[in-house]
Amino acid sequence: MSERAPEPVTAAANPPLQPLASNLLPSDVIRVSATSDVPAPERELTPVAKLIDVSKCIGCKACQSACIEWNDTHPDLEENVGVYENPHDLTPDMFTLMRFTEYENPVTNEFEWLIRKDGCMHCADPGCLKACPAPGAIVQYSNGIVDFISDNCIGCGYCVAGCPFNIPRISKTAHVSKKCTLCSDRVAVGQGPACAKACPTKAISFGTKEDMVTLANERVEDLKSRGYDHAGLYDPQGVGGTHVMYVLHHADQPSLYSGLPDDPRISPVVRGWKGPAKTVGLAVAGLAAAGAVLHGIFARPNEVTAHEEGEAEELVTHRNHAPQGDREA
Amino acid sequence: MTNAWTDIKNTDLVIVMGGNAAEAHPCGFKWVTEAKHHRGARLIVVDPRFNRTASVADVYAPIRPGSDIAFLMGAIRYCIENDKVQWDYVKNYTNATYLVNPEFGWADGLFNGYDEEKRDYDRTAWEYQLNEDGTVKTDPTLTDPRCVWNLLKEHVAAYTPEFVENICGTPRDRYLKICEMIGATSARDKVMTSLYALGWTQHSKGAQNIRGMAMLQLILGNVGLPGGGVNALRGHSNIQGLTDIGLLSNSLPGYMNLATEKETDYATYMSTRGNKPLVPGQTSYWQNTPKFMVSFLKAMWGSAATKENDWGFDWLPKLDVPYYDILRMFDMMSRGEVNLYFCQGFNPLLSFPNRAKVTEGLSKLKLLVTIDPLQTETAHFWENHGIYNEVDSAKIMTEVLQLPATCFAEDEGATVNSGRWLQWHWPGATPPGDAKHDTWILANIFLRVRELYRKEGGVCPDPILNLAWDYKDPYEPEPAELAQEMNGRALQTLYDPTDPTKVLVEAGKLLPNFGVMRDDGSTMAGCWIYAGSWTEDGNMMARRDNSDPGEIGTYLNWTFAWPANRRILYNRASCDLEGKPWDPARKLIEWNGERWAGFDVPDIAVTAKPETVMPFIMTPEGTARLFARKLMRDGPFPIHMEPFESPVENPFNAKLRGNPVARIFPHDLEQLGTSGDFPFVATSYRLTEHFHFWTKHSRVNAVLQPEFFVEISEELAAERGITKGGRVRVWSARGEVWAKAVVTKRIRPLICNGKPVHVVGIPLHWGFMGAARKGFGPNSLTPFVGDANIDTPEFKAFLVNIEPAAEEGASA
Repeated sequence: MSERAPEPVTAAANPPLQPLASNLLPSDVIRVSATSDVPAPERELTPVAKLIDVSKCIGCKACQSACIEWNDTHPDLEENVGVYENPHDLTPDMFTLMRFTEYENPVTNEFEWLIRKDGCMHCADPGCLKACPAPGAIVQYSNGIVDFISDNCIGCGYCVAGCPFNIPRISKTAHVSKKCTLCSDRVAVGQGPACAKACPTKAISFGTKEDMVTLANERVEDLKSRGYDHAGLYDPQGVGGTHVMYVLHHADQPSLYSGLPDDPRISPVVRGWKGPAKTVGLAVAGLAAAGAVLHGIFARPNEVTAHEEGEAEELVTHRNHAPQGDREA
Repeated sequence: MTNAWTDIKNTDLVIVMGGNAAEAHPCGFKWVTEAKHHRGARLIVVDPRFNRTASVADVYAPIRPGSDIAFLMGAIRYCIENDKVQWDYVKNYTNATYLVNPEFGWADGLFNGYDEEKRDYDRTAWEYQLNEDGTVKTDPTLTDPRCVWNLLKEHVAAYTPEFVENICGTPRDRYLKICEMIGATSARDKVMTSLYALGWTQHSKGAQNIRGMAMLQLILGNVGLPGGGVNALRGHSNIQGLTDIGLLSNSLPGYMNLATEKETDYATYMSTRGNKPLVPGQTSYWQNTPKFMVSFLKAMWGSAATKENDWGFDWLPKLDVPYYDILRMFDMMSRGEVNLYFCQGFNPLLSFPNRAKVTEGLSKLKLLVTIDPLQTETAHFWENHGIYNEVDSAKIMTEVLQLPATCFAEDEGATVNSGRWLQWHWPGATPPGDAKHDTWILANIFLRVRELYRKEGGVCPDPILNLAWDYKDPYEPEPAELAQEMNGRALQTLYDPTDPTKVLVEAGKLLPNFGVMRDDGSTMAGCWIYAGSWTEDGNMMARRDNSDPGEIGTYLNWTFAWPANRRILYNRASCDLEGKPWDPARKLIEWNGERWAGFDVPDIAVTAKPETVMPFIMTPEGTARLFARKLMRDGPFPIHMEPFESPVENPFNAKLRGNPVARIFPHDLEQLGTSGDFPFVATSYRLTEHFHFWTKHSRVNAVLQPEFFVEISEELAAERGITKGGRVRVWSARGEVWAKAVVTKRIRPLICNGKPVHVVGIPLHWGFMGAARKGFGPNSLTPFVGDANIDTPEFKAFLVNIEPAAEEGASA
């Protein structure tokens, strides 16, 4: 190990031959689930973002393939059920998914095949982290990455309820919640996410959020020249903006794209929940197993009020009844 | 490709027709998204299905499978009618002004000279009018009714927008919008590129589809220019290399041909290959054929090839038929005429048409040898896999030997991409188990066979015994040795013909280029077009310098492109007659008053004066051919012909079925279906999730597209009671398959002559081996007939029927 890895600026750059020390440190964490007193970070990382340009995406699934390979997951071999989506949904072993929508544009009378890479949006104001009762199971770094720390996860599913994008999936065998990490392990050594690197048409770009917004504006201008008057950037402010953003031809109707929320917000139940102070007793088991570097700073006494517990249960019950509620196109 | 992948970034308009670049060539397609992003290029997709390429297109138009010629001739008609012609280009760089024999003509969908019995044309009259000195008669004013331009105009007159709409099923407004976009690139500063693949080749008139686009591009002045060209996207990563080194049964390396049995000696063979210029002063580069041929024969037989024995010409096999293509071989096999079949890196059981016939052929072999890194269906053709391979194993006597080979990631060598770049690669992994490189396998077989000939003699042992085999380790020639052999060496010191004191190449040294090759036995080269790829300066194919001084995407120091490291073929045509670029903003090369120079290797002698030497240096005319003379079996102009199986009659002649000169064996003719029994048009294609029949062996790819399906419109689903995700049976006159149904808005019924034509889309990636679910391929259904010129099977347009089926396991 020699010098500290640089901040990642591009998905295309190859790593140097010599090993680099991680540049994503425990001290770069700014928020921790069920933890109030996170130490102030010593430095501020440049916010990063993944930009997904749906107008360049051909739905090839190279991103899914790269995601499986990099994360060494093992999705089930499913069937064909009459659509191009495979697996059919996000799973604890499939963190990203191409979703295909057949759309007849009533304005132009043109048929459009809208293809969107679905996955964690890495919200600036992450509902999953807010909902999570397990200390240290979900963390947010100052560069914007929201990461799940499986060793601290208790598999309760509150994060699923807290997510306005319906992203996390609970493993029935490992009893932990899984989702896209924005390849935090790659970003830590100066690399962009595996999906961005694998994308053959540069539909997925990765860099500083500022650069990605600039790139997006360039793309929006091009799309407008092609008659997409409502082309725009999807960086929803209801969740404080996101570190995964989309360029959409129809930014005025995000829900056309397989139910991308038009105006995602954290559920009022989670928002009203007296967040950071809560901790959950049943997380003890999970914590006992924690051996990660992060353990030290995230391990806290576990306390939760009966009221908070009740609210959380209500939330989960509510969500279970209508899990796709905000995703109907 | 006339151009290169990287060159697509220079274009103003991309037309993807006869291919599905995003789906089948996703990595190369990045240059299309690049052109769109940074140049504002527009993308047109014409395809029976709204495919993945269409999903990012500016304009999409549907077309009935097998009707591309009508579309293209209609586009040419549009350009002529609306004066969307690059006149300076057409008049100077094509044969538009040449006069054609008065006997040439056409009527009722046929050209003159048709012999129904022979299924062939007498092509004698399909030629130019010549002057007494053998040069071509021309009319630069384009007024003579017999000039190519006026004949072309007359030929395309039938292809009106109404005609195109009726035949192709393409809505007229959409078709005209596309014609307008295409026509706009006739401007000197606008360029269109054409990307096509097997969607054009896999038809009984595949070569004519491609000619149609080549002619259109010539009329627009788009060939030879950055951002232009006619670009074949090759379906395998090294299929370009396969044709380059002459692996087709009638080819020799570097696009020379094998002799026929009538060409019994070298002089006779060469007598028809003089390639004397038809227009004075033209390059006619094939005049050099003797140099390439003798160098090739010296590479084959070394010192045993001498002037006295015609350089070993007699040892080359001679063809008794036009070629032994795969259809002919498997037809012979099915009749029990083939004993032993070596199947190297190929999976015929899923790749060749009419699978029942393929199985029958393989079952009649005595010995099948497969050389492959994977467990192919072909190697297991004798195993019963229920409905997925319903054979009676006990009745199959064929012995199968499987020789495990290495895959591309386990070996070293050059892979030739669509843009003719020879890109050297190094092994990334150690071969598993007993797997051996193909070179090791073939060398060991050869040495054992040679030993048998030495000991026991045999019929005609000379080609085997005399074969040059001077590798360091004869049992495993190294990739570098083979590459250098293809590049070629000087066998004696070569002197400059104009200055005998000047040494060009020392004896024993690698050749710097094919320009120094000789026909006197003093040079050897296995594949003349590869000369320059491995020189005394080293392995040019291993270069990885991506600098691009002209910012025009030529990357001359990145690997090596044949010929001569040239990135855009016919690039002299990127300049006007005086040698200035048509579009100064897209300069590739130009005449600087003394020589041609710029950012590409000029495709013309560097001192060839503009206005005298024309750009198309490979033709004896020096120009490109709008009229193909007698060089195509099915006509000098593309004419609309229906597929062999079609729901639509040939509008010119209802009696014609398919391509009237395509070869079809009697039994296969009987196995053609009609639209009465098989009302729907099927077409085959690839998906991005898979690569042919390889990736179904990979778990990850299998997860992403796990199961065989067919795609149909909502209208056809409703008509047949088929539900989304339901199981269906699809059958043709030759076989049946079961699949899941993808019911989609991306396929719509096409209205042809007022009647709906339904399309059934059949992807090709499944079989009964590997990690994915067991399934079928389209080849269980497709007809055993190919293109009239090269016999590529007609996989892209055939007739089927479809119905809902019980779930697997349930009684059907």
